[in-house]
Amino acid sequence: MLKSSFGKQKLIPIPGSGRGPLDKTVPNEPGLKCPSCSRRVMEMELKEHKLCPHCGHHFPLNARERLEIIADSGSFQEFEVGLRSINTLEFPGYDEKMTQAINETGLSEAIITGKATVGGYPCVLGIMDPGFMMGSMGSVVGEKVCRAMERAIELKIALIIFTASGGARMQEGMLSLLQMAKTTAVLGRFHQEGLLYISIITNPTTGGVSASFASLADIILAEPGALIGFAGPRVIKQTISETLPAGFQKAEFMLGHGMLDCIVERGQLKKTLELFLRLHGGEKNG
Amino acid sequence: MVKRHFDYEEKYRSLREKFQELKKLSQSMDFDLNQEFKRLEDKMEDIRGDKYHNLSPWEKVLLSRHSGRPVVKDYIEYLFEDWIELHGDRSYGEDRAIIGGIAAFAGIPVTVLGHQKGRDTNENLKNNFGMPHPEGFRKVERLIGQAEKFKRPVITFIDTPGAYPGLGAEERGQAWAIARVLMLFPRLQVPTIAIVTGEGGSGGALALAVADRLLMLSNSVFSVASAEACASIIWKDAGRAEEMASYLKVTAQDLSELGIADEIIQEPIGGAHQDFTDLADRLKKSLELNLKQLMALEMEQVLEQRYQKFRGVGRFLE
Repeated sequence: MLKSSFGKQKLIPIPGSGRGPLDKTVPNEPGLKCPSCSRRVMEMELKEHKLCPHCGHHFPLNARERLEIIADSGSFQEFEVGLRSINTLEFPGYDEKMTQAINETGLSEAIITGKATVGGYPCVLGIMDPGFMMGSMGSVVGEKVCRAMERAIELKIALIIFTASGGARMQEGMLSLLQMAKTTAVLGRFHQEGLLYISIITNPTTGGVSASFASLADIILAEPGALIGFAGPRVIKQTISETLPAGFQKAEFMLGHGMLDCIVERGQLKKTLELFLRLHGGEKNG
Repeated sequence: MVKRHFDYEEKYRSLREKFQELKKLSQSMDFDLNQEFKRLEDKMEDIRGDKYHNLSPWEKVLLSRHSGRPVVKDYIEYLFEDWIELHGDRSYGEDRAIIGGIAAFAGIPVTVLGHQKGRDTNENLKNNFGMPHPEGFRKVERLIGQAEKFKRPVITFIDTPGAYPGLGAEERGQAWAIARVLMLFPRLQVPTIAIVTGEGGSGGALALAVADRLLMLSNSVFSVASAEACASIIWKDAGRAEEMASYLKVTAQDLSELGIADEIIQEPIGGAHQDFTDLADRLKKSLELNLKQLMALEMEQVLEQRYQKFRGVGRFLE
């Protein structure tokens, strides 16, 4: 477990999920400590897939890094770059947190969406960023997910969404919670069109995102070790006042309980997506 | 220290008892104090009325959870005829946290679903305090599918702290079970009306709230997560729940302003439990009216309105 590297400043102590793309540990020592095998790893050793060279641990990817390893080079045309969250509830500190997230990630929200090709197959792609306010879903994330689904319907192509989210964004109150129903309403229409939807659950995906569009795909994949659940482990621990069993809520645990189709290592993800797109009648370069 | 219990009514009652004692005592006196008493009594009632018209969001949270508040079964027994409860999810078990069945409402067969808190500790333990497991949501999925088949309108009652956060719930796919219900409701080919009677907490409450109309009792609340959980997540301090409640916009009045609650049903002074039949009659009238309006429309129109209602949720800049 990653206990030592999670101080009080972290939002929710979920193993392996930092605010930035990588968690620095002891500042004096070079490199990073792998949360799985505890060995020291130099950042350059992780390469583009950000895997531990010793044990294959999947370090977090931000949305742009994820896009690089999934979409064909230069194929991504981003949708809805102008959508911005507003502080409807006048929630104290929300504006500052948004500004900070925008500055830290270079993104405008916790998801990027757009049209791309994957191995030559056109699709609509959505990628959540766990470093942008914990990938939380407010009005804009919900809207971008819905518009991505609507574009896929319009273009008659597959939809692929990578999820990484702590759940609904508290700072937007009920407006956030209702994004769950908004995305599932649109998804219901999407499924009527006979189009393919693949969801890839990455670390961590909990709360409002796991209980809406993440788990309603035709094919549900997950990365190894990803934390997946409705309630976060801290809340469960508080409720039952017991320590949680090892591996609880990890992708492997969820696969064993029948909730996922496959666990796919990051290095195999693009090939796997290509295979699914081909098997669902995808035509190259649409 | 944050207040955990809505105790205004108890204070009022003890004051009232003292007042009655004094009144009784004064009868043996030589001079007439009746006018004074009358004046004092009116003032007390005025203050009480003011209090209930100006409850803080946190006081409403506490009142919505009040142990004396009517539970969903009270509403079901009062509002419907020929109620018969149906059990089970047909795949794992029977979840007492969600009650479901068939009944007649104003002569029309309807499917009824709701979160089931207990009337006492024993019942609460049996019903898991109204916090459903996946089986509860699968029961919902089954019964609304059945409602659609037999063209029965669906009426739901919301009163839960949230879906249960436990080992078994996670193992059996809590997120999956909620998500499936959330995708089914927007497409359901029958009119749907949801009523928040107590506390609406998070996704477990939302699963019963994706309806054509959302009615809220005037002291009920609906929240993205409990104020305690939000304060704990954002401020690392669950003790600041009262302050959090003031920001989250959880009251029926706030949610009506945000366009989320369609109608508020006024509770009597002191809350729903002070005069249940008065409140339930008002609710019945509103239900009748809403159901009549929805049933007068073509189903296609109902579905399109429902779709647009949820598609349009959210505030942002283009």
